[in-house]
Amino acid sequence: MEATIEEITKALDSERTPLISVLHAVQAELGYLSTEGLKIVAKKLDIPLSKVYGVATFYTLLDTEEKGENVIRLCESAPCHIKGATNILTELQDKLDIDVGETTDDNKFSLEMTSCLGICAVAPAIMINGTVYGNLTSKKLDSILDRY
Amino acid sequence: MEIIIDGQKCEAEAGQTVLEAAQQIGIKIPTLCYLKEVNEIGACRICIVEIEGKGYQTACTFPVSEGLRIKTTSPEIRRLRKLNLELILANHPQDCLKCERSTNCELQSLSKELGVEKVRFAQDSGGYKLDQSTPSIVRDYNKCIKCRRCVSVCEKVQGVKALYPNQRSFKAIISPGYKQELKDVSCVLCGQCIHACPVAAIKEKDDTERVWQVLNDENKHVVLQIAPAVRVALGEEFELPPGTPITEKIVTACRRLGFDKIFDTVFSADLTIVEEGHELLARLKNDGPLPLFTSCSPGWIKYIEHFHSDLLDHLSSCKSPQQMFGALAKSYYAETEGIEPENIVVVSIMPCTAKKFEATREEMEVNGNRDIDIVLTTRELARMLRVCGVDLMKLPAGEFDAPLGITTGAGDIFGITGGVMEAALRTVYEEVTENELEKLEFNQVRGFEGVREASIDLAGQEVNVAIINGLGNVDEVLTAIKEGEKEYHFVEVMSCPGGCIGGGGQPIPTTEEIIVQRGKGLYDIDQAKEIRKSHENPIIKEIYKDYLGEIGGQKAHNLLHTTYQERDQY
Repeated sequence: MEATIEEITKALDSERTPLISVLHAVQAELGYLSTEGLKIVAKKLDIPLSKVYGVATFYTLLDTEEKGENVIRLCESAPCHIKGATNILTELQDKLDIDVGETTDDNKFSLEMTSCLGICAVAPAIMINGTVYGNLTSKKLDSILDRY
Repeated sequence: MEIIIDGQKCEAEAGQTVLEAAQQIGIKIPTLCYLKEVNEIGACRICIVEIEGKGYQTACTFPVSEGLRIKTTSPEIRRLRKLNLELILANHPQDCLKCERSTNCELQSLSKELGVEKVRFAQDSGGYKLDQSTPSIVRDYNKCIKCRRCVSVCEKVQGVKALYPNQRSFKAIISPGYKQELKDVSCVLCGQCIHACPVAAIKEKDDTERVWQVLNDENKHVVLQIAPAVRVALGEEFELPPGTPITEKIVTACRRLGFDKIFDTVFSADLTIVEEGHELLARLKNDGPLPLFTSCSPGWIKYIEHFHSDLLDHLSSCKSPQQMFGALAKSYYAETEGIEPENIVVVSIMPCTAKKFEATREEMEVNGNRDIDIVLTTRELARMLRVCGVDLMKLPAGEFDAPLGITTGAGDIFGITGGVMEAALRTVYEEVTENELEKLEFNQVRGFEGVREASIDLAGQEVNVAIINGLGNVDEVLTAIKEGEKEYHFVEVMSCPGGCIGGGGQPIPTTEEIIVQRGKGLYDIDQAKEIRKSHENPIIKEIYKDYLGEIGGQKAHNLLHTTYQERDQY
């Protein structure tokens, strides 16, 4: 792990404030930001661990806990809320039988909330891994989940 | 450049913020998260103003520019400020009646100032567990308003970096990473975050109840020691101007509380000088290790143990004055008075939260007797006096008890940055040159700059000294030492800006201006003392002759010296 992170920090060395890029790259490489991983990042970038952890927990796209194969992120911003995001949340919880922050027993899905995905025109919206889905309805949700 | 504030033309300098420019012409824009030069981040959005063409902006972050037109008050600005404050209050428990910061709380004052009459939002302060993991500091996450002043002070002023905002939105919490407790991280317990906190989210661990208990126990002989910095600060808790020395009043007040003996930490400060001066001379003679670092500031000790443990052998092995006092109270004093050390309770009044931690260090005991039993801060002593209705200013003057209350002026200045150095130089100079010092004041080591240097001629040997005022200046000096750029012989380090007079246990507020006043108070006390050199303290001479034996000898080492430990850097 140390070698991987070292390689990442070296590659991003020229950035003025490389922390966020490094955290994204480490997560892409290692799946999530483990305690051990963040400690190495803190050491390599000479940033206090309290700060590294603070940044990692501020952004909803960065995970400090291990997640399932597919991460569903439901937008919790105002436009999605108005367009019924809470109903979508209940549907997701029922269908997957998990709460926010949990992973299904078969490790297939994790459920998370996220800040604005930037596609308010098609609210309510979710993002699964890197793909976004908008104008959600209960029926649509089934067909989306079936693809994974 | 010229700018226009509320229709009034005024001069401003490039680099100034709107807040500073307004202050200059007597316009007070309300602030909450703002801490001059330390925390200027616009987090609380209370200082909102209207800038022509730029809308509503935070005055503490917005830079002035030629011709800028600013409105600092209007119905809309007042509405927005109040709304922002209401949102902050929605996450803050509104239990002011039961809060220790009541009447000394910036949030409370601001609510009054902005005329908040009700909070329209549902109240939820998180329901967090208090962090009571250390003997020094309690963090109440429920009361935290996320202004980040503690974060900035911990990082920029003290260089410790133990805190940072974690999570976001409603779940945001200012804490060490991974929600660890303070005891698990490299927090040095200096308590500077307490002074930074506008509310009661950070405070000292209150030990007053333990003191009441021992005072009520007839089988206990309770002796008190009072640190130098307390006597020039306690008065502020009772509406006296900052820096007013009230030593004699404090002695009488503490007697009324029921302590059996009132002794003085200034006495053991004198003793520290004698032992530490001896250690310095020995190191100068035997080639080191040099520089010798002072060891009276417990936050500094914890800092070097966490961050620079490769230099631990440079620390003086002398215990701090607080601990030396306790060790002597339970040995020399116990024997001469014929009291079992087990029945003696030693209570300290300290300007410091880290002293509470120091007293609990495993090293700090002799023959199974803990040097110190309970440590109170200046603020806690004020609390005890208030509960008893002691009217401080109407009390007659009192005197410290002998023998551990007989002191010299050199010990008094331990409470200010540069004071330990000056006290040591007064003694070491006379020891080495065998001449009497003509002028006792070493003005080269006085002052409030972060790092100060001086060279002193000791009978032909040039001795280089440095004073570090505040932990944030430590790394720069230690790096220069490690890289051989600087060759010091003796370095004084005080954790808190200003020294103990600016300690984390002192009255709130503690500001730069107030620290200067308290420092003046201590120098005045020294100036007025008949004896001003530690080695001339008659009781100390007597104790070495009758009890301790040689300076730096075996018995002195058992009682008055200590060891240090490497700690993890988190």
